[in-house]
Amino acid sequence: MPLNQDLVGKEYPPVRYEVGREKLREFAESVGETDPIYHDEEAAHAAGHPDIPAVPTFPIVLTTRVGQKVYEDPNLGLDYSRVVHGEQEFTYHRPIFAGDRLLAAGRVAAVQVKGRHELLAIETRVTTEEGEPVCSAVVTLIARGSAGGSA
Amino acid sequence: MQRGGDADRQRIRRGIGVTAATEVTPGQKLEQVVQTIERADLVRYAGASGDFNPIHWNDEWARSVGLPGVIAHGMFTMALVGRAVTAWAGAADAVVEFSVRFSRPVPVPDTDEGTEIVVSATVKGETEDGHTRLALTATCQGEKVLSMAQAVVRKR
Repeated sequence: MPLNQDLVGKEYPPVRYEVGREKLREFAESVGETDPIYHDEEAAHAAGHPDIPAVPTFPIVLTTRVGQKVYEDPNLGLDYSRVVHGEQEFTYHRPIFAGDRLLAAGRVAAVQVKGRHELLAIETRVTTEEGEPVCSAVVTLIARGSAGGSA
Repeated sequence: MQRGGDADRQRIRRGIGVTAATEVTPGQKLEQVVQTIERADLVRYAGASGDFNPIHWNDEWARSVGLPGVIAHGMFTMALVGRAVTAWAGAADAVVEFSVRFSRPVPVPDTDEGTEIVVSATVKGETEDGHTRLALTATCQGEKVLSMAQAVVRKR
């Protein structure tokens, strides 16, 4: 079933996210990052960081939470289990550190038909609770076969 | 101080960093990151990232949506690329922009050997802001799995 074009521009309430040290360590380990600054507070301090920093792709954890709100929107018509990741963009204003209290706000940036598939772009802006910009991310998903018709 | 092969590689890996004084030459290649991926890595990444899409752990489901079988999370590949970039930049906070297009899936067979991703990066030049632009590639079984992949890195 085609995705609902009317949702382009729709904004979703921000998701709160408290960044835990163990979560950052777990994520770094899961991608094979062994540099001590991502695991050890002393190494992070020695490198001039206030605490353990996140690896650059960590914000995907926040965008996934935001995405779940979008995917669950009954007006969208997305079957997440038929989705593959098409493109990913990050723009960084400052690193994420353990202890950060963040807000991640999502918005449907685009819905496009591409052959039998459809592209869904979701933009997430991440700020601190005080409103300081942290990063933004655009996730473009490919909904396989959702445009209907035959190949 | 010990000099030579291992010591130099270690220094690059830990990163003394790209400072304002660093001469960055277009065409310069970054140290490659080579990573074996097995099914267990995808399970670990699913848990760490919160992405439990069954195409990353269920062969039957993956085939039912037209994939060759279980594929790696695109973000797992992007994270490997990120490691190459931050290792070269020498700082977690040096990355200003980072973007990729996932042009080909990375099938991960249910074997002890799994598969292998090779990440390479090349300096393209400077941006208007004086940052360094890197062109990035990742290959699996000799095929490129990313296109239009790039990062912009700030000098310290």
